[in-house]
Amino acid sequence: MNKLKELFLSKKNILSIYYTAGYPNLGDTVPVLDALQSGGADLVEIGMPFSDPLADGQTIQLSSHKALENGMSIKLLFEQLADMRKTIDLPVVLMGYFNPVFHFGVEKFLAKCKEVGVDGVIIPDLPFDEYCTSYKPMFEAYKISNIFLITPQTSDERIRLIDKNSTGFIYMVSSASVTGAKANVSDQQVDYFKRVERLNLKNPRLIGFGIGNHDTFIKACDNAHGAIIGSAFVNLLTQEGASKEKIGTFLKDVRA
Amino acid sequence: MANTYNYHADENGMYGEFGGAYVPEMLYPNVENLKKVYLGIIESDEFQQEYKALLKDYVGRPSPLYLAKRLSEKYNTNVYLKREDLNHTGAHKINNTVGQILVAKKLGKKRIIAETGAGQHGVATATVCALMGLECIVYMGELDVQRQAPNVARMRMLGATVVPAMSGNRTLKDATNEALRDWICNPEDTFYLIGSVVGPHPYPDMVARLQAIISEEIKWQIKEQTEKDYPDYVVACVGGGSNAAGSFFHFLDDDRVKLVAVEASGLGIDSGETAATIAIGSKGIIHGSKTFLMQTDDGQIVEPYSISAGLDYPGIGPQHANLFQTGRAQFLSATDDDALEFVMELTRLEGIIPALESAHAMVALKKMTFKKDDAVVITLSGRGDKDMETYMNRFNL
Repeated sequence: MNKLKELFLSKKNILSIYYTAGYPNLGDTVPVLDALQSGGADLVEIGMPFSDPLADGQTIQLSSHKALENGMSIKLLFEQLADMRKTIDLPVVLMGYFNPVFHFGVEKFLAKCKEVGVDGVIIPDLPFDEYCTSYKPMFEAYKISNIFLITPQTSDERIRLIDKNSTGFIYMVSSASVTGAKANVSDQQVDYFKRVERLNLKNPRLIGFGIGNHDTFIKACDNAHGAIIGSAFVNLLTQEGASKEKIGTFLKDVRA
Repeated sequence: MANTYNYHADENGMYGEFGGAYVPEMLYPNVENLKKVYLGIIESDEFQQEYKALLKDYVGRPSPLYLAKRLSEKYNTNVYLKREDLNHTGAHKINNTVGQILVAKKLGKKRIIAETGAGQHGVATATVCALMGLECIVYMGELDVQRQAPNVARMRMLGATVVPAMSGNRTLKDATNEALRDWICNPEDTFYLIGSVVGPHPYPDMVARLQAIISEEIKWQIKEQTEKDYPDYVVACVGGGSNAAGSFFHFLDDDRVKLVAVEASGLGIDSGETAATIAIGSKGIIHGSKTFLMQTDDGQIVEPYSISAGLDYPGIGPQHANLFQTGRAQFLSATDDDALEFVMELTRLEGIIPALESAHAMVALKKMTFKKDDAVVITLSGRGDKDMETYMNRFNL
C-alpha cells in the first residue's frame, strides 16, 4: 500500500515536517531525514530549492538560496535519496516549484521519484487544470500522489474538484500568507477549517502555514488530520545545524 | 496579406504553447476572477470612454509620430519615432496604468501594488493612484532604488510607499517576486497592477490591449504622413515587452509589416552579464507564465544584467516568445555600449535625449539594412531624464 495512505489509516495527529534539501550543508539532506524519523515525525516534505520561491517567506527564501549556493539540484537530490528506503520507513514527499521540475522533465522526474521511493509531490504553481489535462495519467502510472493546496479563498466547489482529482492528502494553507507567517490560529481560521471539515472530503487534510509550535499544532490537529511545520523547523536548522538531538527535542516539544 | 494564424491570447491565455497561469492556489481566486471579468470591463463603452478621455487629456495622447530627418539621412531610409517619451510621466507605461487603475476601481479594490524596474512603471502607478486617491505600494529592487533615485523621489512625492526588494540581484525579477508575495498575503482588498506583458493570464493580454493604443495611432499617423497605409517595419525594445506588444498589436496580422524586437544583451550575449532572453534562454515558467527564460541546467532562474533597469529581466512576455517561435517577429540584441552610442546619436542628431531602454531599439538602425523608401517606425518608449546620472558618468558631463 502507498505509504501515505497507510499513514493516514493508522495514525491521528500527523506531524509533517518540511525542510530544504542541502541545507544548512549540502550533505545534510539524509541526516536530517534520519533524525526526523528517529525523533518521531510522521511524514517528511523535502523542499527542492528554487531561485524564485514566490510563495515563501524569508526563512525558506534564505534556506533555498543557501542550498543552491551549496550546490543542491534535483539531480543531486535524487542521488542523495537513492538509498533512503534502506533506512527510512516514513512517507516522503518532495515539494518545489514547477520550473525546475519542468526543466528536468516531468516524466523523468516521476520515474526518479518512484525509483528512490518518494511517495508524493507538492508543486504549488502547477495549475490544477493543467495537471488534470497534461500530467495526471503520468502521476498515476508512476503511482506518485500529487498533493494540492487549498486556501481560505478556495471555493467549496473547487475544493471538491481538487479532492476528487488528487491523492495522498489535501494541504490546507491556514491563512492568506506566504510561508513563515507568525505561529497563530485565529477564530476566523478555525471557521475555515470547520467549513472544509463539513465537506467530507475523501482525502485527509493537513494544515500548514503559521503552524510552528505546540499550541498551533494542537489547534490544527483539532480541526484536521494533522499539521505541517516548515519555517519553524528550518529556523531550528539555521540555529542548530542538523543536530539529531535538537531535532528530537523540537519534535517532542511540538507534540508535548 | 492577412494570415490565418492568431497571435493573440486564446481564452486560456495561451499564445501557441506559451502563456497560461502558473500560480499557487493562494493567487488562483484573484487571477481567475480577473480572467473572467477583464475583457467585459475593458471592452465596455463606459471603460473605453473614461480610458480614452484620460489618454487624451491626462496622458497627452495621441503621441506624435515624428519623421526624424537627420537620422533618416544618416541611415538612408525613413525613420519615424513614435514619441511615447512625450507622455505624462515620460514613458509608455502610463497607457497601461491609466487602464488598469480603472479596472481596479471597477473591482472595488482599495490598495494597489506594483513592481518596477527603472521606476517608470512605479511612477506611472503612483501617478494614477494619486489621481484616483488610492493607496499605492511599489516594490523595487534595492539596486534599482539606488540607480534610479529620481524616480524613487517622484514616487514618494506622489504618495506611494517604495519597498526595496532585497532578494536575488535586487532588481526587477526580485521586485516582482515581492509584489506577488504581497498579493498572496492580501488577496481581498489588493489589486496587483503589473507593468509589463508578463505574469499569469490575463495580465499579458490585458497589458497588451492597454498598450495597443500605440499601434492604433501609428496606423492612422503613417497613413496621414506617407503614401502607404502601413509601415514597413515596427521596431521596439523588449524587457518584459510591453511597449513592443503595444507597438505590434494592430500589425500582428498584417504580414506586410515586419516586426523587430531588440533585447538588451548587457556586456554581450556570451558574457554571462546579459538580459537577452531570446538569445540565450530556454522554455520554462517564470512569474506565472510559460515562456522563454534564462535558466541553469537545474532550472534555476539566472540573474540578468543590463545597464538599463527597465530591460534587466530574465524572462520575456509569452506573446513575444510565440512571435519568436513562429518567426513573426525578428529578435535582435543590443549591448550597453550599443545603446549608449545611440543615446548620444539621437541626442545630437534630433535633440531628443532618450531613455536607455529606448536607445536599445534605435540600435536596429545599425544592425539592419533598410531600403531608401522604407517607413521604419521605432517606438521611443521613454525619455532620458531618469538616466541622467548614468549619462553624466558615462559621457563625463
